Amino acid sequence: MTTPASATGTAAPPRSRSRGALVLVRFARNRLALVGIALVVALVLLAYAVPPFLHWTYHDNDFASLDTGPGAAHWFGTTHSGQDLFALTLRGLQKSLVVGLVGGPLTTLIAAVVGASAGYFGGWTDRVLMWFLDLMLVIPAFLLLAVLSPAFQHGTWLFFVILLAAFGWMITGRVVRSMTQTLREREYVLAARYMGVHPLVVIFRHILPNAASILIIDATVQVGAIVLGETSLSYFGFGIQAPDVSLGTLIAAGTPDANTSPWLFFFPAAFLVLIGLSVAFIGDGLRDAFDPTARGAKSRRRARPAVPRSRHARTARTARNPRRKPTAAVVPAAATQEGVTP
Amino acid sequence: MGRYLLRRLGNYAILVFIAASATYFLASFTLHPDINYLSKNPRPPLHSIYTILHGYNLDPHTPVCLRYWRWLTGIVLHGDFGRTYDGASVNTELGRRVLVSTELLFVATVLGAVGGVAVGAWNALRQYRPSDRVSTILSYVLLATPVVVIAVGLRTLDTAGDGPLVQYIGMYDPKVHGTLPVVLNNLEHLVLPTLTLLLAQIPFFSRYQRSTMLDVLGSDFLRTARAKGLRRRQAVLRHGLRTAVIPVMPLVVYNVVLLFTGATFTEEIYGWHGMGEWLVDSITSNDVNAVAAVAIFTAGIVLIAGLLSDLVYAALDPRVRT
Amino acid sequence: MTHPTAVLGVPTSRPAAGSPVLTVSDLRVSFPGEAGRVHAVRGVDFTLHAGETLAVVGESGSGKSVTATAVLGLLPDDAEVSGSVRLGDRELLGLSDRRMSAIRGRDIGMVFQDPLSALTPVFSVGTQLVEALRIHQDLTAAQARERALELLDLVGIPDPRRRVDAFPHEFSGGMRQRAMIAMAIANDPEVIIADEPTTALDVTIQAQVLEVLRKAQEVTGAAILMITHDLGVVAGMADRVVVMYAGKPVETGTADELFATPRMPYTIGLLGSVPRLDAGDRTALTPIEGTPPSMVDLPAGCPFAARCPVAVDRCRTEEPALRAVTTGAAHATACHRAQEIDAPGGIPSPGMFPTPASPRRPGGLPRAERPEVLRVTNLTKHFPLLRGSVFKHRVGTVRAVDGVDFDIREGETLALVGESGCGKTTTMLQILDLAGRRAGSVAVLGKDVGRLDGRGRRELRRDLQVVFQDPMASLDSRMPVGDILAEPLRTHGWDRARIAGRVPELLRLVGLLPEHAERYPAEFSGGQRQRIGIARALALDPKLIVLDEPVSALDVSIQAGVINLLDELQAELGLSYLFIAHDLSVIRHIADRVAVMYLGRIVEAGDVEDVFARPAHPYTQALLSAVPLPDPRKERQRRRIILQGDLPSPADTPSGCRFRTRCPKYRDLAPAESGRCDTEDPAAGVLGEDHSAACHFAAALEVL
Repeated sequence: MTTPASATGTAAPPRSRSRGALVLVRFARNRLALVGIALVVALVLLAYAVPPFLHWTYHDNDFASLDTGPGAAHWFGTTHSGQDLFALTLRGLQKSLVVGLVGGPLTTLIAAVVGASAGYFGGWTDRVLMWFLDLMLVIPAFLLLAVLSPAFQHGTWLFFVILLAAFGWMITGRVVRSMTQTLREREYVLAARYMGVHPLVVIFRHILPNAASILIIDATVQVGAIVLGETSLSYFGFGIQAPDVSLGTLIAAGTPDANTSPWLFFFPAAFLVLIGLSVAFIGDGLRDAFDPTARGAKSRRRARPAVPRSRHARTARTARNPRRKPTAAVVPAAATQEGVTP
Repeated sequence: MGRYLLRRLGNYAILVFIAASATYFLASFTLHPDINYLSKNPRPPLHSIYTILHGYNLDPHTPVCLRYWRWLTGIVLHGDFGRTYDGASVNTELGRRVLVSTELLFVATVLGAVGGVAVGAWNALRQYRPSDRVSTILSYVLLATPVVVIAVGLRTLDTAGDGPLVQYIGMYDPKVHGTLPVVLNNLEHLVLPTLTLLLAQIPFFSRYQRSTMLDVLGSDFLRTARAKGLRRRQAVLRHGLRTAVIPVMPLVVYNVVLLFTGATFTEEIYGWHGMGEWLVDSITSNDVNAVAAVAIFTAGIVLIAGLLSDLVYAALDPRVRT
Repeated sequence: MTHPTAVLGVPTSRPAAGSPVLTVSDLRVSFPGEAGRVHAVRGVDFTLHAGETLAVVGESGSGKSVTATAVLGLLPDDAEVSGSVRLGDRELLGLSDRRMSAIRGRDIGMVFQDPLSALTPVFSVGTQLVEALRIHQDLTAAQARERALELLDLVGIPDPRRRVDAFPHEFSGGMRQRAMIAMAIANDPEVIIADEPTTALDVTIQAQVLEVLRKAQEVTGAAILMITHDLGVVAGMADRVVVMYAGKPVETGTADELFATPRMPYTIGLLGSVPRLDAGDRTALTPIEGTPPSMVDLPAGCPFAARCPVAVDRCRTEEPALRAVTTGAAHATACHRAQEIDAPGGIPSPGMFPTPASPRRPGGLPRAERPEVLRVTNLTKHFPLLRGSVFKHRVGTVRAVDGVDFDIREGETLALVGESGCGKTTTMLQILDLAGRRAGSVAVLGKDVGRLDGRGRRELRRDLQVVFQDPMASLDSRMPVGDILAEPLRTHGWDRARIAGRVPELLRLVGLLPEHAERYPAEFSGGQRQRIGIARALALDPKLIVLDEPVSALDVSIQAGVINLLDELQAELGLSYLFIAHDLSVIRHIADRVAVMYLGRIVEAGDVEDVFARPAHPYTQALLSAVPLPDPRKERQRRRIILQGDLPSPADTPSGCRFRTRCPKYRDLAPAESGRCDTEDPAAGVLGEDHSAACHFAAALEVL
């Protein structure tokens, strides 16, 4: 068939870099984000590759040097009972890293599944899930986790991670839900629906991949939140139990002596800050990389014949930038800053 | 509108009920108030321990459902949250601790919110200039620093010299007498905890404000304001900030309210006996009724925070009102 | 109406009519971009004289809006600007923000495109207007408020005393744009810059707003710089025109000259590609092939050369300068071959761009004998009207669709047309849903969808496909084109081998190349993306395709190609189309039949030729007369029916005839007659073989 348009077709469309490559390029341009990646890699190597080569393990006691400051024999000093603080800190670092790297993505996964289902199906599914979400918000998570801790003292830390994730997904869940509600009305989703594609397939093929940027950013943020959550619980004695150590228990043990033996407190604390910092750098770099408007000055694309189209333009904009959605939906777990999972 | 509000409050009541009941049962199963007496030296006779605990509705020999029923009817009929393990009224303790938390948080939250908004807006205006970059790095570091580290760090700085620059243990020094000296001493004790909270809150709010402000800076209406003849600064302050603060204020309100039970570390480390400290202490002292009271308080506060932040949002944004 | 000078207060000394008020010379603007520096404006010159209207026309990316923003000095900080912008004899480029602020709003007023986002959402309209006044005039709050009321009255806001304290979101789009105009003229400016002032509005509202703009010009004597892509608006408003392409003016002249004797191939192509309401029979449109060049690294030579049918070697090496067509004339063009165009023995402009032959339609059976593809009977859909996003509560019922009947026969196109809010989109979604709670019935290919089970609905989806409006939004940007086209096939159980054969076939069918299957949607232009959307709809060989505003997001020169494609596919594959649109000119080119919707009802329906030539319902008449024609001479002679006010809310439909509140005919009726309109809902009355209108006093009127 001879279409008058064949010429339009042969006029090769402008070759541009694929979206994924573009995100990578933008990410790599962000120096802080690269610092963050380097930090995380360094921390993981330090936590797992270094301990086998150390003279002291975390459960050895050097009775010749009790409560000594940093020095050649004990780089970070020793505790009152002569444990090598460097070995202890690396052990704690292992725990915190694994808790964060497992728990963060897990939290986001729960949020994505619940939020997308509620947003896509709407109606009763939405009502039931949102009621459940509200309930989870209202249940005092810290209290519950703390109360439960004696019951599971001999369980694994993995169980703890799951519990932390179970109480950390709600805010993101709301964000995913409201994103899904706008994505659901997007034309490519409508198109799939009117093709007869199964709803679950629509969610996994069209909705979640298009919310991926938010989910990836959220997963990094959650890594930090989970690490802090574990630290808080452990600090108060409700998390990781002796003889195992985590950064939280080390910091707790060091707090009373922070004035007299500052190394006991500040070395583990510094590593905790490093984890949080690197994760935040990565998260922010990703946000800038995914959001093309983040660099501010880009001239705005104007939707031209906007008669019935402003509807789409607006939904598109909201979906692209969910940070802008006000309401309590995005109220993040700020209280984690003050130590407890809210 | 009224009916809607009633329905929402009704739903809240159900949520709080479920949360509180679940906590009560869990706490009753896992916490053992009798330990507080059993570990005393010399140990009181067993039967008198359980008689005392029975009087506080904490006797583990009473079926848990019966204890729950007594606890529940006490709250619903008399507004009585029961007794702590040592016989004090939970209501009295709750009231006292809420007051302590309020005093601790008032200055910190007001300054935190104002400071956060101001710093964020200022950073947005100077995006990518040195001051913005320094402030960004600084807020990253502060945001990544757990409060316990900030608190202990400030404490260490404070005592780094010969003696403490400002006193910080408890609300005030019990050795001080007289109204004015006590008030002044009280204020002195507020300095470090307030500073701790500010260092945690300002970076958080300012990051958020910076991002909403940047969104607004490219907006069409700001361009209109400048096209009318407003200078850049005037337009940004009059039209931009007023609009950009809308999504931040509900967040501020939400977090301020939640701080009532969330200032745990600050209260622990500086020895303030507020709600946040109780959250931990009630569990470590196996105090079932206190734990349940904290649970109800926390649940209630989450809901109030949500409602308040919605109201603030509606008050600030005419688009939501109609 | 208050007297103009009283409204605007202090009479200022005006430049005499005809003297230059704004002179732009060699304006250049560039921005840093992802792929390199974007040279958005590459040397623009024009002079705006007192009291005249100059239109800057161009397609998206031509640099017209950047030019306007540069004049106001409101470009982002990272923009590089050079050249000169003179207001009277003052140079504006390089002025400090403080000095420039004294000029903005006082000497130059600005009207932006989207009045919703252009007004601060949290301040009342009155507050913003008062602010505009008090920045430049020494007025007390009370005086300023009085002025504001007078200005709102001047721009035609009904009951200004009540509306002055309303917030922008409480205004309709048309009222917001009126408020914007009030703000722009508040300080009696010498120049009003209007950047696409009616693009976001419906045609009837567009007509009202253009009227207001003309009046504002009359009252203030200001010169208007009008930025637009709509050649119809240009024909009606402009004295002189600057056509921009790739950041440069390529042709300038008076509106009459430019429309009558265009000399630049781009202008000729642009004029040829516009679908016209006053065109005769259904003829193929003339597209301009290709897409505008990237503004990052422009090829040498004339930027239009790649799309120009008469380009010669010189055009590819040397960029032509803007030169007067005949010495001393105002009409100038940037084309090496301008002298040859329409010269004796030169290049004739008609037929310069190849117009594809109109597809031959199968002679076919008369309509009544062709099978029914879609029948909609008494379709009704009401929604709860909710208020408040924090305290959501129901305050009423929106009668989005309120009893709609129509049918589509095999091989024909029915256009459903109406302004935003008329219910055409809801009607479409109700049909596509195949289920859902609603009253009335929808039958596709003779099967009542209400009686189908899940399996039957799935089967039916093969025959019913949809093409959406926004080619950006309707393709999942994360999937390569091949996967996008395969999705309907996979869903309906095609195996891998058959899919692999079908995808290249589909791409060729819509004029793309098989190797495009590996690319992502973002790598295509708008028109190409819409072709992909059409290919996806064709994948399963459907019988009926629902087209939701398929060309309204495209530039005119691209739009023509897509319309032609749709036309050809229909002739070739025997498709039926349900075409949802607001643009009556496009409908004239593609539809066989048309149904005009107003507030959830069809008010007039029938054969396109019949309805357009002899519209009988007053609403259809107003709608047709509001569409601007790209022909200045015709535009000047036309008598326009301007509707009063806005579309009533579908939650609060008037009693009797729903159109009576805005009906020009109703106002002229004797009370005895108009009583009927107040109480009796008119039924569709048959006017011809295929023509009916729901009006008690239907009478044909020629409006074109």
